Amino acid sequence: MIHLPVISAKDREFHLPDEPPTEDHHEALEELEREGEIIIQRIPEPYIEVQTKFGRTKKIPVQKTWHHKSCGQCGHIPGYSTSIFWLNRQLGLDYLDPKDQTSCTAWNYYASATSNPAAQAAVAIRNFAAAFETGYFPIIHCGTSFGHYKEVRQSLIHYPELRKQVRDIMAKLGKKLVIPEEIVHYSEWVYALRDRIAERQVVDMSHITATVHPACHYHKLIEEDAIYTPEIYGAQRTAVITGVLQKLGINVADYSTWFDCCGFGFRHILVSRDFSRSFAVQRKIEVMMEEAHPDLTVTHDTGCVTTLDQSQFAGKAHGKKVGLPVLADSQVAALAMGAHPYKVLQMHWHNTDNKPFLEKLGLDPEQKWREFEEAVAKLKDGSKKYLTWEDTD
Amino acid sequence: MALDLSYNKYADVTLDEKERLFDEVKADLRYHHALYGCYECGICVAACPSARFYDFSPRVIAQAAAREDADLIYTLMNDSVWDCSQCFSCDRCPRHNSPGMLITIMREVAVNNGLQTARKALEGYGRIIYKIMSTGTQVSPDMLQPNAFPDWGGHVHEISENLDIWRRALPPETLHTTETGWAVDDKTIIELYLIWHMTGVMNMIEEIDSGLHMILVDVMEEKLEEAGYDLSF
Repeated sequence: MIHLPVISAKDREFHLPDEPPTEDHHEALEELEREGEIIIQRIPEPYIEVQTKFGRTKKIPVQKTWHHKSCGQCGHIPGYSTSIFWLNRQLGLDYLDPKDQTSCTAWNYYASATSNPAAQAAVAIRNFAAAFETGYFPIIHCGTSFGHYKEVRQSLIHYPELRKQVRDIMAKLGKKLVIPEEIVHYSEWVYALRDRIAERQVVDMSHITATVHPACHYHKLIEEDAIYTPEIYGAQRTAVITGVLQKLGINVADYSTWFDCCGFGFRHILVSRDFSRSFAVQRKIEVMMEEAHPDLTVTHDTGCVTTLDQSQFAGKAHGKKVGLPVLADSQVAALAMGAHPYKVLQMHWHNTDNKPFLEKLGLDPEQKWREFEEAVAKLKDGSKKYLTWEDTD
Repeated sequence: MALDLSYNKYADVTLDEKERLFDEVKADLRYHHALYGCYECGICVAACPSARFYDFSPRVIAQAAAREDADLIYTLMNDSVWDCSQCFSCDRCPRHNSPGMLITIMREVAVNNGLQTARKALEGYGRIIYKIMSTGTQVSPDMLQPNAFPDWGGHVHEISENLDIWRRALPPETLHTTETGWAVDDKTIIELYLIWHMTGVMNMIEEIDSGLHMILVDVMEEKLEEAGYDLSF
């Protein structure tokens, strides 16, 4: 038997090339704007500068953000997006939650192919133009929207015929061909603001161990535009999520299948879930539990939270090693800052039992649930129509 | 099930027709950014989730395209592309290929040409297409029904039982909806409908599911006419 040297992830380091091997979209966009082809929506000040995979600088806006919501988050795990808004409010930051926003429609595109590059680009630019008209800068909640919009940006840069087609469509809608200076994922914003979040931490998490699942469409699609830093796994892996959890005192534990996807599969999660269930349980959850013994796993995309969480019910029925709570980084950050687990994080929409995790944090899930039920009782008896942000304080 | 890649598996389809479809694939403006050649290194297969659970190989797809094997491409377009997870793990290809993107294009050609295997792959998926095209949000809270997600356990039943009240308990105003992920302005929906019409997506739907197309046209026409559009563009 040949014994190969084993190098753990923490000992490896990514060395930046002398020249980035991919084009700089900033330069390409500037040139197109100079030629009158597009309008660039620039990052509002103040912003925070971070480093992307090949050493370029990316600006992350702090506020004046236009929240491009996610279908799956809003529809099935609404505490995900609620936590993002709650963080903005708690940090006193100006943001906009628009109704003039459609889905990116990329989940459907990757699932069914019932669309085409022109339609996908037009949907993206319509949303970008809508944000531009408000003066707020788009921040993308969904990992797939983020990745797909970067693909759209790349296509619009390279294919003049596509630009013309989209510009003509926008003209019929009374809109301009606007492309943001940066396409920013919300988890990049959470990462950029991790110091401010940690300053307001009220729940001790230093005894918690978590695994991290980086979303494929965040760090694999147009890979050069994801955040990396030498401090996190020697820049071998994206710094988002992990950087936030470490700042909150959480021990981030490694596991061997970190690069694997979650099993979402786009069409599979909707019409062929045997694949999604098997992959999520056997390649992700069981491996995490056997190798890292975590209290929870944290990710940053709609499909990943859904697949990793929902698949565990069937895994349990098959006697698999499951039972790992799944949260988004925005929810963990909000929880650390004292957000209510049901009024804000909406953890009752999640599937896997998360009460032991809350108890380990010193929170009483039964008491917290009673508080949520008391608030909901006002909706049931008609004394209130909706709960509001004031009800979460 | 083992993937049968034997030559001329679809003998009832002429080589001319297979080449016509492959030409459509190659005519996509993204094609030449998705394929630069193939080292046969297998890194894409090692990274591929679908390869672990299906007889599926992104390498075979890149190889077939690089060799311009129209017969094999036709077989893969029918029997393989719908197994792809579209995660783009295969983008770590050292040759900078994107087998995932090749598959996106091949699926699009399959849908555009109404291939029977594409219709079958999308069986049961029509309600999703209806939702995204007609409302602008892909999944909605009211899709969480026990009969749709029996493998997600009893909590789906609990959510569906409490759906209206739990949605009204969400602090963001835009999330009080049950039929859409969030509240979308009528004007926004109209603009989306115009995009579907102007980019040929409605024609794609007609090719793949004429019943769904009729329903979508009904829904859209009403709103577009109310807004003063006559769809003559």
